[in-house]
Amino acid sequence: MNIHIKNGRLIDPVNNIDAMLDVFIANKLIAATGLMPVGFVADQVIEAQGLIVCPGLIDLAARLREPGYEYMATLESEMLAAVAGGVTSLACPPDTDPPLDEPGLVEMLKHRARNLNLAHLYPVAALTSGLMGQELTEMSELVDAGCVAFSQADAPLIDTRVLFRAMQYAATFDFSVWLRPQDSFLSRDGVAHDGEVATRCGLPAIPVSAETIALATMLTLARDTGVKLHVCRLSSAAGVEMIRVAKQQGLAVSCDVTANHVHLSEMYIGYFDPNCRLTPPLRSLRDRAALRAGLLDGTIDAICSNHAPVDEDAKQLPFAEAESGATGLELLLPLLLKWAGQEKVTLIDALGRITQRPAKILGLDAGHLSVGAVADICVFDPETYWRVEPGALKSQGKNTPFTGMEVQGKVRYTLVDGKVVYRYLDSGFKK
Amino acid sequence: MNNPQLNKDGELQHLLTTEGLPLRIMRDILDRAAGFLDLDEGREIKKVPLLHGKSVFNIFFENSTRTRTTFEIAAKRLSADVVNLNIGSSSTSKGETLLDTVDNLCAMHADMFIVRHSQSGAAHLIARHVAPEIHVINAGDGRHAHPTQALLDMFTIRHYKKEFHNLRVALVGDVMHSRVARSQIHALTTLGVPEVRVIGPKTLLPTMVENLGVQVYHDMAKGLKDVDVVLMLRLQNERMQGAALPSGQEYFKNYGLTEEKLAYAKPDAIVMHPGPMNRGIEIDSRVADGVQSVILSQVTFGIAVRMAVMSTLAGSKA
Repeated sequence: MNIHIKNGRLIDPVNNIDAMLDVFIANKLIAATGLMPVGFVADQVIEAQGLIVCPGLIDLAARLREPGYEYMATLESEMLAAVAGGVTSLACPPDTDPPLDEPGLVEMLKHRARNLNLAHLYPVAALTSGLMGQELTEMSELVDAGCVAFSQADAPLIDTRVLFRAMQYAATFDFSVWLRPQDSFLSRDGVAHDGEVATRCGLPAIPVSAETIALATMLTLARDTGVKLHVCRLSSAAGVEMIRVAKQQGLAVSCDVTANHVHLSEMYIGYFDPNCRLTPPLRSLRDRAALRAGLLDGTIDAICSNHAPVDEDAKQLPFAEAESGATGLELLLPLLLKWAGQEKVTLIDALGRITQRPAKILGLDAGHLSVGAVADICVFDPETYWRVEPGALKSQGKNTPFTGMEVQGKVRYTLVDGKVVYRYLDSGFKK
Repeated sequence: MNNPQLNKDGELQHLLTTEGLPLRIMRDILDRAAGFLDLDEGREIKKVPLLHGKSVFNIFFENSTRTRTTFEIAAKRLSADVVNLNIGSSSTSKGETLLDTVDNLCAMHADMFIVRHSQSGAAHLIARHVAPEIHVINAGDGRHAHPTQALLDMFTIRHYKKEFHNLRVALVGDVMHSRVARSQIHALTTLGVPEVRVIGPKTLLPTMVENLGVQVYHDMAKGLKDVDVVLMLRLQNERMQGAALPSGQEYFKNYGLTEEKLAYAKPDAIVMHPGPMNRGIEIDSRVADGVQSVILSQVTFGIAVRMAVMSTLAGSKA
């Protein structure tokens, strides 16, 4: 199958290309960009006039809810959501039921994802058995089964000796450890940032020190063990500063922030909006400003969706009892574009945060459109506006703090392995 | 963001919190409550037909005797049909969700819900969910709000002190976990009290509490100096388990209201408590039963204030 994407604006952060260039795809791979290769005959032509052609998006955190939570979402519904959002590769955290702590589970998940022929799935395996924080998982076996990193997801790892050993062991084989910093004692029962809104609403709070204490622990142990550490879902100004200092000191650490935290703060909780019940909690406006500054200066490497589809019933509860999480795969690109527009960041720079840099964190040869690369491509219309509504989302999870808001940027085509896996026909509306 | 307790004409649709409750509505409720009290006799007027033919459902997901009873008496004096449900011991223990319970009660043609729940925001959730002709009164949600308690406290303060603009008011104790405190603070600042203080150890004062418009004190002698009104807060025994306090005795030593500490306040200062009191923990019996205590008046006024709230809601258009 040969595909010719014509008249589009090609943006490829890795190759530093932002130009009107056609893309030619043959045998799942990028055959050429710019001029048509000699003898190339297109089976399919994608007219990309007025559209942007970029590497498929790479999401560092998307919960697919399988196995175990199929009532919230299924692999199929969420993989469809992924490609509808232009996401061609995604990493899923291990907090399924059972958790991803055995090679068999990982193989099954990878196998099922492959059969769907949608996005590429990169499972992140449990760092400890059952995410219980006591015994190490069989890391080498899990990597052979297809895992790309090890994590505790949102489960606590209280025993610092276990954490130390887990990092040492992972470092032995150059495996990556992904951790979300949150002290489990200081965050116990907490559901909102310890600040003005939690005080006003009377919500049990999580102080910033829950993040910084855990971060200090993991940075110290990463220094001592030399492990490749990726810090997930940074939420506070103090946390950003600690990462900044660690990077200045030469520590090989990377980190991400969720698209929600780039745009929202505790204020959005308003009158107990359960869509703003998120993990980590939305923090103060000052924290949000620091996260955005951290993105601009490169302290924060990537933006992820932190996609966590939740069934409607689980959100129709008092704030603290409502299930944490929001759908996000289909909002990753619009929220990135919103940020880029607000901060006057060029598209090529912005798109790198959801292509080039997450690929590097995952250790993948992906996120670029070099000749010979696998043709994972997102074609989007940067000028189309659409309203975030349940009916506009493919994800089984319909809850997001952005419900009812208008966002900019609509994916028109998504290609995975050189094949069109998603196509949006309705052109939406333009301003 | 629309104020969820007002309808499009700015009338009171639900009473969920004193935060953002317009001053005119707050004053109307206090005036209306005064109308229900025969002040010469010191007791409420007889039955009035303002809620005749209406069904008021007391739904309490958390135990309460006093608040539920005063709501029940108030509703009956307004000639409403009253149904009491202690949900804590029925549906939810069988797995029914909060909103399913509410839907079922709506199907029984409820006109008004009086809701108590252990979770902050529960009354807002119900108010968002019910049909527009149904009114919701928050009778206490988690740590968030207890607006009728705060309004009856304001009524009591006005009764004894006449004005708000010249008062110094101190709240003493566990502000962190207190829905009463939050509602009192919003009501006091809305009514124009120029100086509202909170007094307590740092473990019982929430982060950035000063942003609610209060001055923070950790010392009773300084905090009570020259105040006109002392609002005591109840201390739950759980606080000792959560490492917020070492012991009840030590709390009493530092923050328990004794005659000696009350002497720092103005000589005519009044002492209030939302009940139920822990004598010897947050308040000494000699103060609780002393001449400056108006605690039992609070209870009496509570019925009139709740009548005023219910009749105000019944008068607003859906």
